[in-house]
Amino acid sequence: MQKYDVAIVGAGPGGLMAAWKLAEKGVSVICFDKKQEIGVPVRCAEGLGGAAFERLGIEPDPAWATWEIKGAALYSPSGKKIEVTSEETMGVVLERRIFEKWLARKAANAGAKIFVKNHVRGVERKDKGVELTVSQHGTENKFFANIVIAADGVDSIIARKMGINTTGKLIDVDSGFQYEMAGIDFEGSDRIHLYFGNKIAPRGYCWIFPKGEHEANVGIGIGGTIQETAREYLDKWIASKEGLKKGSIIHVNSGAIPVGGFLEDMTADNLVVVGDAAHQVNPVHGGGIALAMQAAQIAAGVIAEAVEKKEYSHDALKGYNKLWYDAKGNSLKKILKIRHMLEEMDDKDFESLVDKITSEDVMKLARGELATGVKVTAKLVTAPGLVKKMLKHLK
Amino acid sequence: MVLFVSDFMGVKCDTELCCYCGGCVGVCPKLALELEETKIAIDNEKCINCRACVLICPVGAMEMLE
Repeated sequence: MQKYDVAIVGAGPGGLMAAWKLAEKGVSVICFDKKQEIGVPVRCAEGLGGAAFERLGIEPDPAWATWEIKGAALYSPSGKKIEVTSEETMGVVLERRIFEKWLARKAANAGAKIFVKNHVRGVERKDKGVELTVSQHGTENKFFANIVIAADGVDSIIARKMGINTTGKLIDVDSGFQYEMAGIDFEGSDRIHLYFGNKIAPRGYCWIFPKGEHEANVGIGIGGTIQETAREYLDKWIASKEGLKKGSIIHVNSGAIPVGGFLEDMTADNLVVVGDAAHQVNPVHGGGIALAMQAAQIAAGVIAEAVEKKEYSHDALKGYNKLWYDAKGNSLKKILKIRHMLEEMDDKDFESLVDKITSEDVMKLARGELATGVKVTAKLVTAPGLVKKMLKHLK
Repeated sequence: MVLFVSDFMGVKCDTELCCYCGGCVGVCPKLALELEETKIAIDNEKCINCRACVLICPVGAMEMLE
């Protein structure tokens, strides 16, 4: 049986970043993915903020950082626009399939072993480690690792099999659907466009993430409890936009987005959870690529120490939780409060707010500044019942 | 979570609609679903009829069995 210090399940941004950083630290690491190709199918809008590059210590490469974004435009239900141009809204739209392959190459060149079309069927704790049963092109083989990283995405089977309940509650999960489109016309290809309104996207928004002058990811995220499907909502919205409906669809993808309900403890004996599997997603905009990679880097540090000490218990791994919450988790919790506050507003409230809110307020809300949440709420003083409901979430 | 008491138990997946995103798998409280590369494996013995997978599915591929 092949033995490794660490086995990673899932070769997405989180799993591959963990593989890369662990291999760099000299830890023996293997990474399995059940898909036959890394980077597909894409399940996201492919936006990555510029600040993430510095935080992660990676340089944008023109091979995958293909379209530069300088800002964001938010549209109210009646079409009023708020433009935001700030450091935080600068970034790129990725070719994610190329980006993930780039990460895989980095990991493999650093010494990680990667297997695709390898489905991890079973995980069983044994001899202070974990025995993995892996279906490799139809043959079942056993592997042994001291620590497993569950980076298996929103479907997250591995953590649940090893005793951490990562099941998403419907109220905390958004339903997403997206077309990559070409031959479309839209204004402002240097910014992302977010369209709000309960009629077009209940408890979420429609988006245009440009990938060129006439190409973009056109998608939607709606609340998981909504009866009608995300696809139906997106089709209706596109049909209402002349510039979009004339275009062609060159890629269809869907995905669930774990926007709330963070795991307090993402570790157990021999187990660390990262990325969508750990619900490491921004609750307001739904982005998770950079968060998954940052978590993976933190996890790699903690795991390398544990391997060095030959300690693989919950106690040896739980330091990852605190480091994560200090780095990102606590601010995401505040952003979740802002999300809950915003969810109380109907289209009419939203319209009256758009007239009063500044683009700075928007950025502060997106950062989870609760004081701004209170200020914004106070602007809705004409509806005292609503104000009370909204403030309740900011405590 | 919506629970319906009824005679039928279980779900099915319309592969013509499914985009294999695994959203249904993530919200299934009973681990009755698993994403294979090009299908959703369903163990209806475990299904408790909660409809979470039906509601979350972005493309309407999951249906209750009748």
